[in-house]
Amino acid sequence: MSTQSKPGSGVERPLSPHLFIYAPSWTMVMSVVHRGTGAALYFGTLLLAAWLIAVGAGKSSYDTVQWMFNSWLGQLVLLGFTWSLLCHLLGGIRFLIWDLVYGFGEKERRWLAIGTYVLSGVLTVLVFIVGYIVK
Amino acid sequence: MSMRTPLSRITGRGSSKFGTEDYWIQRVSAVALVPLSIFFVLVLICLVGAPYEKAHAVLGSPWVAIPMGATVIAAVVHMRIGIQVIIEDYTPSDLGKIAFVLLNNFFSALVALAILWAVAKLSFGM
Repeated sequence: MSTQSKPGSGVERPLSPHLFIYAPSWTMVMSVVHRGTGAALYFGTLLLAAWLIAVGAGKSSYDTVQWMFNSWLGQLVLLGFTWSLLCHLLGGIRFLIWDLVYGFGEKERRWLAIGTYVLSGVLTVLVFIVGYIVK
Repeated sequence: MSMRTPLSRITGRGSSKFGTEDYWIQRVSAVALVPLSIFFVLVLICLVGAPYEKAHAVLGSPWVAIPMGATVIAAVVHMRIGIQVIIEDYTPSDLGKIAFVLLNNFFSALVALAILWAVAKLSFGM
């Protein structure tokens, strides 16, 4: 445990231990990933704004944005955005289950966390397969 | 045994009786975003590689524009709180904290207005 306090307070108060002293666990990883995907989606809203404004602005700007999203970099970004959205959605449902005080057992916590990973990956691949078929 | 701290006892004040709004609004917007995100992904799948006329018509129809507006409002409310929590957790200085929380508010408002403007333009505009 690190003992450190604000300089000048004159008192050495213990700080609660943070991430680095624990062995990594599935729930811890999912907690970090939930924040990460949330932050990614935050900036991802700019993509949605750009797309919708382009549709409103006219055909030429729409075609430009479509070309950008269809490039390999655009597809990679959209893949990341889709996975972030689905992972954050499933992770959020997990938090709502916990809010209702269900799923706190050791096995349940583990399977909810792993399930979020697996299902978000499977759904992302599915969305892209359907997307390529539709296209 | 009292669980109150010496500082709490000497100032003689109780709890502020508020401060849970953000927590609650975060849950309400989360519940709303479960169906709305699914709707959003389905709209995106429908419009993959769509020609301009189709994208314009679909996004401008009230069946898509109204839930899209709801999605954006719920998402921006949700993300503003979420990012504020991250900022408050990880910004070391008070000044930086205030600056980033302000930026977060401005960014969220701007994104919401931009998207709602675009959706309104597609519905009512040329």
